[in-house]
Formats: sequence, C-alpha cells, structure tokens
Amino acid sequence: MRHDLWTPSGEPERYELFATSVPEGASESTDGERPLPVTRRQFCQALGAGVLVLLLREVRAVQESGGGRRAEIPSMPREISAWLHIANDGRVTVYTGKVEVGQNIRTSLTQVVAEELRVPMERIHLVMGDTDLTPFDLGTFGSRTTPVMAAHLRRVAAATRELLRDLAAERWKVERWAVEIAEGKVRHPASGRSQDIGELTRGQKLSRPIPDTVTLTPPTEWRIIGTSAPKVNGRAFVTGEHRYTSDLKLPGMLYGKVLRPPAFGATLVSVDTREAEAMPGVIVVRDGDFVGVAAPSTEQATRALVAIRAQWKTTPQPSSREIFEYLKKNEIEAEGRSRYVVGSLEDGWRLAEKQWQQTYTVAYIAHAPLEPRAAVAEWKDGRLTVWTGTQRPFGVRSELARAFGLPEDRVRVIVPDTGSGYGGKHTGEAAIEAARLARAAGRPVKVVWTREEEFTWAYFRPAGVIEVRSGMKGDGTITAWEFHTYNSGAAAIRTPYAIPNQWIEFHPTRSPLRQGSYRALAATANHFARETAMDELAHLVGIDPLEFRLKNLKDERLRAVLEAAAHRFGWGKPKTAPDRGMGLAAGFEKGGYVATCAEIAVDRATGEVSVLRVVTAFECGAILNPDHLKNQIEGALVMGLGGALFEAIEFENGKILNPRFSRYRVPRFSDLPQIDVVLLDRRDLPSAGAGETPIVGIAPAIGNAIFHATGMRLRSLPLAPNGLKGETRLP
Amino acid sequence: MREVIELYVNGVRHRLEVEPNRSLLSVLREDLDLTGAKYGCGEGQCGACTVLVAGRATRSCTTPVHLVAGRSILTIEGLARDGRLHPLQEAFLEVGALQCGYCTPGMIMSGVALLNANPDPSEAEIIRFMNGHICRCGTYGRIVRAIQRAAQKMKEARP
Repeated sequence: MRHDLWTPSGEPERYELFATSVPEGASESTDGERPLPVTRRQFCQALGAGVLVLLLREVRAVQESGGGRRAEIPSMPREISAWLHIANDGRVTVYTGKVEVGQNIRTSLTQVVAEELRVPMERIHLVMGDTDLTPFDLGTFGSRTTPVMAAHLRRVAAATRELLRDLAAERWKVERWAVEIAEGKVRHPASGRSQDIGELTRGQKLSRPIPDTVTLTPPTEWRIIGTSAPKVNGRAFVTGEHRYTSDLKLPGMLYGKVLRPPAFGATLVSVDTREAEAMPGVIVVRDGDFVGVAAPSTEQATRALVAIRAQWKTTPQPSSREIFEYLKKNEIEAEGRSRYVVGSLEDGWRLAEKQWQQTYTVAYIAHAPLEPRAAVAEWKDGRLTVWTGTQRPFGVRSELARAFGLPEDRVRVIVPDTGSGYGGKHTGEAAIEAARLARAAGRPVKVVWTREEEFTWAYFRPAGVIEVRSGMKGDGTITAWEFHTYNSGAAAIRTPYAIPNQWIEFHPTRSPLRQGSYRALAATANHFARETAMDELAHLVGIDPLEFRLKNLKDERLRAVLEAAAHRFGWGKPKTAPDRGMGLAAGFEKGGYVATCAEIAVDRATGEVSVLRVVTAFECGAILNPDHLKNQIEGALVMGLGGALFEAIEFENGKILNPRFSRYRVPRFSDLPQIDVVLLDRRDLPSAGAGETPIVGIAPAIGNAIFHATGMRLRSLPLAPNGLKGETRLP
Repeated sequence: MREVIELYVNGVRHRLEVEPNRSLLSVLREDLDLTGAKYGCGEGQCGACTVLVAGRATRSCTTPVHLVAGRSILTIEGLARDGRLHPLQEAFLEVGALQCGYCTPGMIMSGVALLNANPDPSEAEIIRFMNGHICRCGTYGRIVRAIQRAAQKMKEARP
C-alpha cells in the first residue's frame, strides 16, 4: 500500500490511466526513460549540417517496484529528453514528444527557447509528437509540460547559447565573456564584429550533450518568458489552413467505418457482410469481433456499414440509476489503492465537541472533445505510419506495435495539433481501426469517429462516491477528518487543511463503464466533497465559510489565493437579491493553488440556476504566458460549470442514453458567467502547469452558493441537471 | 443516384457528379478538399460545420448538397481577401479567442453573418446568435469580445 499519494512524477495519473492498454514494461516509466526511436547517428545524418544539442540524463532502472515490469536499457548509457538543432540558415528546430491540443504549449515552449537562446520566436519551429523525430515522452497529461518539458528546453536552449558563445570566441579569438548574444546574433562589441547564428554555425557538424551546470536566465531578466506572446501559427487556425488529423487526405485514401456492438459487453454471434461486399469500391474486414468497412467516401462507407447484418449476444449490464450502490458494493483490490493517515482518529473524535458525516456523489461525464477521435493509417515498405490526435503518441505507437505484432521501430505515430483532449485522448482506438482497414485495403484509410461513437466508445470520467466524517471543537477547530473516495480516484484526496487526526483512503471499485483520465482527474470529485463539507462544517458552528477555512489553514500559498479571490469578489457583502447566493471553494493540485468564488441566481418560476459571476485566483509559480494562462483558467471554469450543474452520462443495460449534443448538455454562450481571473505571479517559485487545477473549485463554489441562496444543500454532481424545479426543499 | 450539380464556393464554380442528398459538409471536405468547415456532431448542434450560403450562416452537416446548388457558398478558406484577413479573423487573433481552434472556423463564419446583418450587435444579441455553437475549450467570453472588436474595426473602416 502506498502512503504518499502525490509525487512529482504524477503517481495518480498512473492509476487513472487504467482505460489505456499500456504494454507490459516499457511505457509506464516516467518521462524520457526510453531509447531513441532512431539511432542518434541516423538522426544526425538526417538533419544534415548544423548544431545539435541534446539534453542527456542519467539512465535509471525503470519502474523499480512494478513487480514484473522491470525494464533496463542496457545499450544507451544516457538518455535524451529533448533536442534542438540550428540549421545553416539560422532556423532553430526544437524536438519534443509533447503534443498541442489547445493548451498553447507550442507557444509557451517556443517562448522559453527564444528567451534562453536569444533568438526571436519567429525563427523557432517546434516539431512535436512525432515518434520518429522526437524523443520519447510518456504523454501530454498531468500538467507536466510546464514543470518538466519547459524546464528541459530552457536548459537545452541555454546550453546552446553558451556553445554559440564558445564558437564565436574561438572564431574571433576573443574572450568568451566578451561575446554577446541577442536577437539571433552573436556580437563582440569591442571590435564591432557581429554574425547571425546561422552564419556562425554554417558548415559546422557539432553535437553536444548538455553540461551538468547550465546558467539559466533569472526571472528578473526575462524578456520573452512571462509575456503574453500570441498563439504560434494562430493565423493557420483562423483561416482554416491548419490540418487536424480529421482533415488529412492521402492519395488513394479510403474512408473507414467500424461496426459497433449494440451494447457494452455484447459479443458477435453471426454476421452477414455479403451485401456490403457487393458494393462497388467497398472493402469489408472481419477479424474476430472486429467488423469494418472502407470505401471511397464516408457516405459509401456508411451505406456499406448499414448493409451489414449482425447478431449480437448481450448480457445484463448495470444502469446509471443504481450506479452509486454498485460502486459501494464492488470494491476491488487494485493498484492505486491508497491510504493516508495522520495522528489518530480516536484522539480526533475524543477532542471533538461536534461530530458530522455526509456522503457525496459524482456522475460519469464525457470529455466530448469537439474533434472526435480520428486517424489516418498508411502501410508502406513494411512500416506503418499513423496520423492521429492523441495525448500519448508513444503509447499509441506501443498499442499499434502490439496489435500488429510489429517492432516499435516499424511504427510511426504523428500527432498534428489536435482538436482538444482534456484527458480524453490517451488511447489509440481509431489508430488501430484505421491501420486494420488500411492493411486489408492496401491503401491509406481514414477513420473519424462520429459524435455518437465518441460519446459511447471513448472512456468517461469516473463516477464516484465520497464519504466524509469530521469532528470539531466548538470554536470551529477541526480535530478529526475521515475521507473515503470510491472509484473516482486519488488525485487531491488529501486535505490541505491543518487537521491533526486524519484517515484518508481511496477505494478502487469495478466500473460498469470504461473510465479514464479527465482534466484534473479525481481532484474535481475530491474537491467537490471536501469543499462542500468545509462549507457544511462552517455553518454547523456558525462561522463565515472564508473565516472557517482560514482558521484551519496553514498553507500560505493557499491562504494567498483564498484571500485574493475573496477580496476581488467582495466576499462577506450581503446578498444582492433574495434568490441569489454566494459560495467559495479553494484547493491545491499539481503545483497550482486555486480559489473560486461564485454568485448564482435561482429563478423560482423555472427552477433554473444561473451562474452570474465567478472570481478565480490562481497561483502556479512563475507565469510563462499570462494571457494563455488566463485563457486556460477561463476555459477550465466554463468546462467545470458543465460538470457542476448539468453534465451526466445516462446509461441503461449497456447502452448510453444520451450520446449526442442534443441530449447531453454542455456549457454554451448563454451559460457564461462574468469571469474575473486574478493571477498571482510568483517569479521566485518554479512554474507549475495550469491546464487542469483551475477546474476544481467551480463545482463546490456553485453548490455552496446554491445553499446560500436557497438553504438547500446539494451533494451530487451534477447539482441541478433539470434546474431546481420540483425540488420540494426549495423554500 | 448521382446527379451533376454546380456549386459556387468562394467565388469558384465547381461541376460535380454527386449523390444529391449527401451533406454539403462532406462534399466540401471530401470532394473539394476544403476542410476548414469541421464535423462536430452531424446534427446541427455544435456549429463547427458552419458556412455561409447566400450570406446566411448554415449548418453544412445537415444541408443536403442539392439544396445549395447554384447558390453562393462562402467557407472560411474564402474569407481572407488577397492574403488580408477579415476583421473578425484579426480580432480572434488579437483577443486570443481560441485554444484548440477546432470550433474557430464555424464561430468566425457565424460571427461574419451576424456582423453583416447587424453591424453593431449588443452582447445579448451576440450570445443569442452564437448560442448554437459549442467551444469545449470554453473561450466563449473571448469570442464575444472578438466579435465586438471586429464590429468596432469595421465601423472605423467605413467612410
């Protein structure tokens, strides 16, 4: 049993990746611990002349405690996690296995390289998520790009800068300290000599590992990091030029469709594909329970699919009505089970003057990325190349290699900048389907999932049950805290409040639906329960919810965001109207600190709950790009509002009942509250990622505001899928 | 049953032999390789496929292609003139009104239709007009600001 739930390598994700099919051994290592996809020599030859700088790291045994998953990398003495190349024309190319899914890391990573290399951003190009060209990377999730990859690239770029200084000093026979680098040029002011870095490196064939000590530009001297640089290549997105995977077209390419079972757990009894096979240009593939078609257009493929007659055997499946009882009854022993104990609950209960307990639940929800899963596969010369939108290009490469019995170096996965993921694109279903069809067709095949397929056959954010029990002194000092999460996950399960006696436990359970990562993972569920409970406790002892939190809180960074949000929001002022209410919530996850205040209104006639305004204060260390950070926070709040108020997957006996946008409500323009973001820039602290954590405060803040408005305590997410109409408790 | 139809897309005439009930979206994307309009839901619920037909914002995923034969169709690819972006495209970049960008072409085409019909829309009018569009990244507030900014730019550009 693990006791330390949060480690810098992001342990909770490892559990929450359980929707994926990670091969034995290799892929569950931490970032970077894999051999090169091609040999370094081949790579250098492919790049041609120029300067290549590699970030090398000491190799470690992979997954020391993984029981049977141990993997050593004997041939590679050191490991590479990022590299950078300067071509003869001075263009800088940076290679990283991270992918761009809308979080704008293509921009922030370009900024850090530009800063350290002293080269304008326009001259830097990032090659991302291409398993033949970029170093191994575990995946783009867990808010790891900023703390890990940005830090790596800063070191790579800074080392390159010093290499350029050496080159210039040697060429000009001057002291290296006298060489200046700015705007892509090296200069020697004393003699007036100046050269573009491309001229300086022309004809050179240099390859250098990064020395152990590299001088990074201190935050006080940043000129590019910390500015709101606009989205790199933004023009291609507003003109429609950018090609997502679903937009790609190869010569001779066919369009593929896959026959889906009528329900989860169904198996194929018999299938008649004769009519489909008779259609001109149509190829039908049958392989076990896999039945798919490929045709010259999507329409023809769809018609062929409809013409297939299949009989399936179904088995009874649980339904959403009974999901919470199901989870409580189906606890399992599994990896990821964890417990965190502080002091003794017995002592805590003895000291408590008031005792209290409650149960909270959260529903399964869907990521619903606007670009559904898509892949284009091509077999050529014994190699498989797949373009696909995934957050784990190397993971999908492993899935493909295993599915087709190929060594990994015969598989290439390329990830074009993708139409979002939110944790929902860790897997390679469409990639495998396209590759199966392409192999049979002998031509490239594109598979794009329909919205209904995406809502049904992708994976979901786990549903969960959370039981909280607490004891307090009469003055509101919490003495005991017991917290049990069933199924949702362990992310942010620990309380940030200073409580002397705690028992916190994550209980894995069986899940009737396929489940996996979702933006912020279980931090949303655990914060919802914890921050609603904190509100309930505050009311129990008659203390203002802000004051109550501050009273039980020692963490200065969390106090800072809580106070900043409350101040901007005007916390403590009376209600602006009878059916309005204000609530707050705070939390910490993945290196980021967040506090959110919300004001809501309830329409008594319709029961509708609207969120009028939201203030979120966020602190994640030194800010790389303030506007893109704000954009992520605003986006997380809007997305979180859906899960807070109305999003829920409904299912019955193996079928999803609301697999369309017309039946699954997501936030729209009219749901948008007034949003005010307060950024706390801590240049004295390392930067943490920010794509996820800002989502965790909105649900409890809204729930607490509903209580303030109506006196009704709602303890299930979504809080008000049909508004509060019919709520008998509405006073 | 295939038919020959004529489509006028971004000022270019195309003669195509297609099944008349195919969606305009699939013809644009698969036959003409104009992939700016996106598939998002196939039921006219998300707006990612929006193009202008005779100036009106139209969901191309639910529009059979024969209905728009001979009519003027504008897609995101035809919006910039001689390499110069439309004021709304500029405003999207200036405001940073996108994250993954997948909904952006549809948002911009609807925004252009709105601004053509109502050069000075109020915030409430923008929200009402755009409410059929989904941005899962949640950039709605920025899109509203971009439309307002483009309205201002277009007002200033008028003599």
